[in-house]
Amino acid sequence: MNTVNIKIDGVALTVPEGTTVLEAARMANVNIPTLCFLKDINQIGACRMCVVEIKGARALQAACVYPVSEGLEVITNSQKVRDARKVTLELILSNHDRQCLTCVRSENCELQKLSKLLNVNDIRFKALTDKETQPVDDSSVSIVRNNNKCVLCRRCVSVCQKVQTVSVIETINRGFRTRIGCAFDKPLGETSCVNCGQCIAVCPVGALSENTHIPQVWNAIADPDKYVVFQTAPAVRASIGEAFGLAIGERCTGKMVSAIRRLGVDKVFDTDTGADLTIMEEGTELLNRIKNGGKLPLITSCSPGWIKFCEHNYPDFLDNLSSCKSPHEMFGAVLKTYYAQKMGIDPAKMYVVSVMPCTAKKFEAQREEMKNSSGFVDVDAVLTTRELARMIEEAGIDFNALPDTDFDDPMGNATGAGVIFGATGGVMEAALRTVADVLTGESAPMEKIDYHAVRGIEGIKEAEVEVAGIKVRLAVASGLGNARKLLDSIRAGEANYDFIEIMACPGGCVNGGGQIIQPSSVRSWTDLRTERAKILYDEDKALPLRKSHDNPAIKELYSEFYKEPGSEKAHHDLHTHYKARPKF
Amino acid sequence: MSVECGCAADEKLEKLSAVIEAEKDNPGSLIRILHEAQELYGYLPVEVQQFVSEKTGIPLAEIYGVVTFYAQFSLKPKGQYKINVCLGTACYVKGADGILERLKKELNMDVGDCTADGKFSLDACRCVGACGLAPVIMINDDCYGRLVPDEVPGVLAKY
Repeated sequence: MNTVNIKIDGVALTVPEGTTVLEAARMANVNIPTLCFLKDINQIGACRMCVVEIKGARALQAACVYPVSEGLEVITNSQKVRDARKVTLELILSNHDRQCLTCVRSENCELQKLSKLLNVNDIRFKALTDKETQPVDDSSVSIVRNNNKCVLCRRCVSVCQKVQTVSVIETINRGFRTRIGCAFDKPLGETSCVNCGQCIAVCPVGALSENTHIPQVWNAIADPDKYVVFQTAPAVRASIGEAFGLAIGERCTGKMVSAIRRLGVDKVFDTDTGADLTIMEEGTELLNRIKNGGKLPLITSCSPGWIKFCEHNYPDFLDNLSSCKSPHEMFGAVLKTYYAQKMGIDPAKMYVVSVMPCTAKKFEAQREEMKNSSGFVDVDAVLTTRELARMIEEAGIDFNALPDTDFDDPMGNATGAGVIFGATGGVMEAALRTVADVLTGESAPMEKIDYHAVRGIEGIKEAEVEVAGIKVRLAVASGLGNARKLLDSIRAGEANYDFIEIMACPGGCVNGGGQIIQPSSVRSWTDLRTERAKILYDEDKALPLRKSHDNPAIKELYSEFYKEPGSEKAHHDLHTHYKARPKF
Repeated sequence: MSVECGCAADEKLEKLSAVIEAEKDNPGSLIRILHEAQELYGYLPVEVQQFVSEKTGIPLAEIYGVVTFYAQFSLKPKGQYKINVCLGTACYVKGADGILERLKKELNMDVGDCTADGKFSLDACRCVGACGLAPVIMINDDCYGRLVPDEVPGVLAKY
């Protein structure tokens, strides 16, 4: 690697060629403030918060896009630089809806933090009165946009267009009238938005947030007639600790379960049990399709963002999708049928809350197809990881001081296979563990069940594995831009697979749109996907049971209720169907 | 798809398709394509933008972003006679705002709109390069200078 010698604030250092001034400054222990910058996603030098003096340059330069060169001399801290940044920030603040006290992002807002960092204690500029208050777009069941808080950083646009290739939002108009919105100013809920929530995860301020279910969940908990059951997705435990100051990558499953119990709910179950059930059904579906010449490749259906993306953009692949409901929906169906029956609970009074790393699950839960198992909706409310953290705070629970407790029996005991569902490649690996055993009729030893070829954060992974003498061609994609590449190559006849796992969010659910939001200053320099996934793989390793079909609760469920995977009853309760949706 | 833009709809669509085919692999082709589309249709309705999106693979939101960014692209149909009122500095100080107000009153519509019968559309523009004649309006390619508001009805009556 070629290096260059530069000076930052008088400190000499040698850095790789191509490094930006912003990155180089970090190496010199200088934190240059940023607002629109998000590494690899949005590097456009638009907000001018990161301006620095470059010796010989005509004007101040944006550090986030300025590449270093031999002999470069940078001043990051001069009166001129401080004044320029401060004026820019004051101008941004002048027409910002500054109702921080009631903002969902209060204390986790990059703009708020900048005001403090740059020592802004007065805003000298008054907002122009002709800029009307913009209406809040709450047409989507998953995502709310409040443009009055938008700073036009364009991070949401970049992630939607470049990473996810969903491309439903863009900057509209120009100059002072610029705003972010959809084509022809359609409400977000009426577009081909897939509700992945990556826009929320990258928003530095409170312009984007989830459509909250907190009030109805509190109401259900307070209602003595309601039997409230919480289930938590695997990825939630990989991020919730971050809301309470725990390190990224610190496992806190036991504390999370204790905290939910203290909210006053009746039962806390693990969606991983639903994941184990999904593997039984999906694994059976895969075996049937391979044996009986069914439609291949089979594509996983756990990710509702991916499902809606497929319905809008790849309707020709709808028959390839597994008919399995996603794990939390399956689990909701089981709770309101089998479990309710077994425990003598009226399913009409059961209130199932799914805690998910995902905003698309909110959309999924209200799909018409998710109401046919018990006659009631499978899942009544969906909370994101963030919403759960807010409820825990509101309840005055000292999360970090909580003892570890276990999920409730019998539906709380999941296997390691269910746990790794939260990371890209995890569903594939879980399925392979079960399919291999079913095909061979033997139980593979523990040292042979780690499928490393499908692990890791690469956007597209390919592998060919031999399972009981059958060669199975696999592909794993995470992030919808990668899914698009993969599907286009299949459409063009350039690639061919038997089994594909697709997750809408880059890195899988651990990096979902409902997870705890990390500011650019953290996520630009830390790989959240890897750190959070490590929690899941560690938990998998630590569990005594690591194959879905070994889960005793699942065995009991089949022997007492569904008879066998893929049975007619299982199909009625646990499977679903999809429909083509318009592209525009 | 169908674009309801008068009798020669298919012919227009064919022309637009040909332009897209010729341009689509060139960098920065979107603006040229949109220019041609606006030439053909007079404006850029949702159907036309969707057609361009389908053919080029450029997301509709991005196209809409470009259309709303540039003042010369219009989302509303234009009239048979396009009135442009110059609001450049010279015309403005010579009372162009009074001319514009009178036009709005006579035609009973706002800037950017088109009369119900499709005859006139009204837009404001910056300098047309005839400052010596300020205040100036253009109706298609005809230029009217040194106007006073009371002359506006007479000018309109010519069309």
